[in-house]
Amino acid sequence: MRLCVVGCGAVGSLFAAHLAGLPDVEVWAYDLAAEHCRAINADGLHLSGFGEVHATGIHATPDPAEIPPCDFGIVATKAMHTEAAIAATAQAFGNGAVCSVQNGIGNEETIAGHVERVIRGTTFPAGKILAPGHVQWDVAGDTTIGPFEPSPARMEEVERLADACTRAGMPTTAVPDARGPQWRKVIFNAATNPVGALTGLTHGRVCEQPGLRRFVSGLVDEGKAVATAQAIVLDADPEDLIDHAARPEVAYHHKASMLQDVEARRQTEVDYLNGGIARFGRELGVATPLNEAIWALVKGLERSWQQEAK
Amino acid sequence: MRRASGEPRRRIGDLPQYDWPVQSVCVIGAGVIGGLYAAHLARVADVSVLTRREEQARALREDGLRISGKHDFTTHVRAVADPAELPDFDLGIVATKATQLEESAARLAGRFPGATLMTIQNGIGAEEIVRRHGEWSLISAVTFMSGVRRSDTHVEYELDTATWMGPYAGTQTPYAAVEQMRDLLLESELRAEAFPDLVPAQWSKLVFNATVNTVAALTGLPHVGLFAREDAPTDLGRLVHELMDEGKQVAAAAGVELYEDPWEMNVHAVRRGETQKSDYAHLPSMLEDVLARRPTEVDFITGALVREAERLGVPVPLHRTMYRLVKGLEASW
Repeated sequence: MRLCVVGCGAVGSLFAAHLAGLPDVEVWAYDLAAEHCRAINADGLHLSGFGEVHATGIHATPDPAEIPPCDFGIVATKAMHTEAAIAATAQAFGNGAVCSVQNGIGNEETIAGHVERVIRGTTFPAGKILAPGHVQWDVAGDTTIGPFEPSPARMEEVERLADACTRAGMPTTAVPDARGPQWRKVIFNAATNPVGALTGLTHGRVCEQPGLRRFVSGLVDEGKAVATAQAIVLDADPEDLIDHAARPEVAYHHKASMLQDVEARRQTEVDYLNGGIARFGRELGVATPLNEAIWALVKGLERSWQQEAK
Repeated sequence: MRRASGEPRRRIGDLPQYDWPVQSVCVIGAGVIGGLYAAHLARVADVSVLTRREEQARALREDGLRISGKHDFTTHVRAVADPAELPDFDLGIVATKATQLEESAARLAGRFPGATLMTIQNGIGAEEIVRRHGEWSLISAVTFMSGVRRSDTHVEYELDTATWMGPYAGTQTPYAAVEQMRDLLLESELRAEAFPDLVPAQWSKLVFNATVNTVAALTGLPHVGLFAREDAPTDLGRLVHELMDEGKQVAAAAGVELYEDPWEMNVHAVRRGETQKSDYAHLPSMLEDVLARRPTEVDFITGALVREAERLGVPVPLHRTMYRLVKGLEASW
């Protein structure tokens, strides 16, 4: 099996490093960060933190023309880079299936604009890049993948990819309908990330403010209504996950990734979280006023950085 | 017309309409708005200033109060930090932030029984707070002036927009007194308008402020053109419009017919901001507070609107959201 990870940031690196340990899988990695690619090619890809992995034999490149035809793609870019990344690499997947393990809604649609067979995926492991070639592995977790309905990969392909990931140490389940886990994660992220981003509060502190916690529930309720309108059955209640994460030993002190983006003045993924819920809501005739409001506020916040730069 | 600080003050104590000789004014609080009132009025009346910090009072006594920007002059003011040292006055302008109003009113409690006090705080409810501390006759006011505090003794006058005022319905203040106060402000070269009933104007500004201030505070954006644009789903004009519609429903339920449409005020303000100077846009005070990590006036503005909405049974999910987010932001400091 030949596979290319498209976007070898923290999550992409977790997949690439694990899969490179399998003797029957050849791993390529496409990433625009040339220095990260050089380090991976020269010294291997090093994971530390939750577990230690030192992967060698990965072919990393910022040049899509170097990527040979692949059986699988795993797209792990930030959602706003999906279009550019898949447009650049699509030639490698002329006869392959491409799986998104990204945040938010709409990535599979974007990928399907360039390749024929698409896999919908949701993943929970997380980490951050420490240095070129070195990634901190913060959180282990499961991945769920399934055929993307409008442009599906074959179920047999989905199962082959799940099997490879699981054998590599990234537990992955193949299911016929992967929308439930995806919407559960999107609703969770859309209800917690922008609130942290706009207030500067950690997850636990958001949940401690009764008014904010109720607002979070308001966002969750809108997301659930949009999921229900598509006959999606969530595999867990986002409310329970939110309360669970607020516990001191879980993620009380965690700054949502969107808050980290805001603090670093990086563009956020709000278009694919609250923006995604709002877009689907509008298409389905489900009102999402709170998601629309917070989407506009975060976009306004992003604009304020340009204002200052001017 | 500019007057140098050394020119003699004019008195308007002999204005014919109403026998209320406003010869002496006390400005309580020497921030931006207080400073603008004190400096301008000092050119036409006896002005005393009550500050919180002795250091500022001393600086004002020694250096005078400088205004730059829209007007350019320096005046002497009598400034004290101890209310016991204040001379009697006819009219007091309570110009502290809403968050400091309770404390400021308490400092005047039991004193100056013959004085009329004018509240100019953002939001609604300032008069009730002041009233708990004394039997003064009250004038309600809202002001659209703005400026930038350059130092303890220097305010840059930014927007030379009006102060609107009217008799506070809860007291026996005659309208003629408000007209006199307006004339005094006009004579001092500030803009002012008198209203027999200020409530419609107060509510217009409340709805405007509850919206523009919280959107600016949360996004970090000054009051720019995006606040009036509604093309794309994330253009802030859509959210601004919806917030203003919620506010208008609360006003309607309260039986208030708004003096100006808040959305029109928004469109107008943004246009003025953009055409005046290309790089100029007004920084709403709540955003200034956020940038300085000071407690904001959200409880008196959006909080007051939400409380009214609850009392009247009007749903305001978006204003409630803005209120919660700003309170969360304050909690993060």
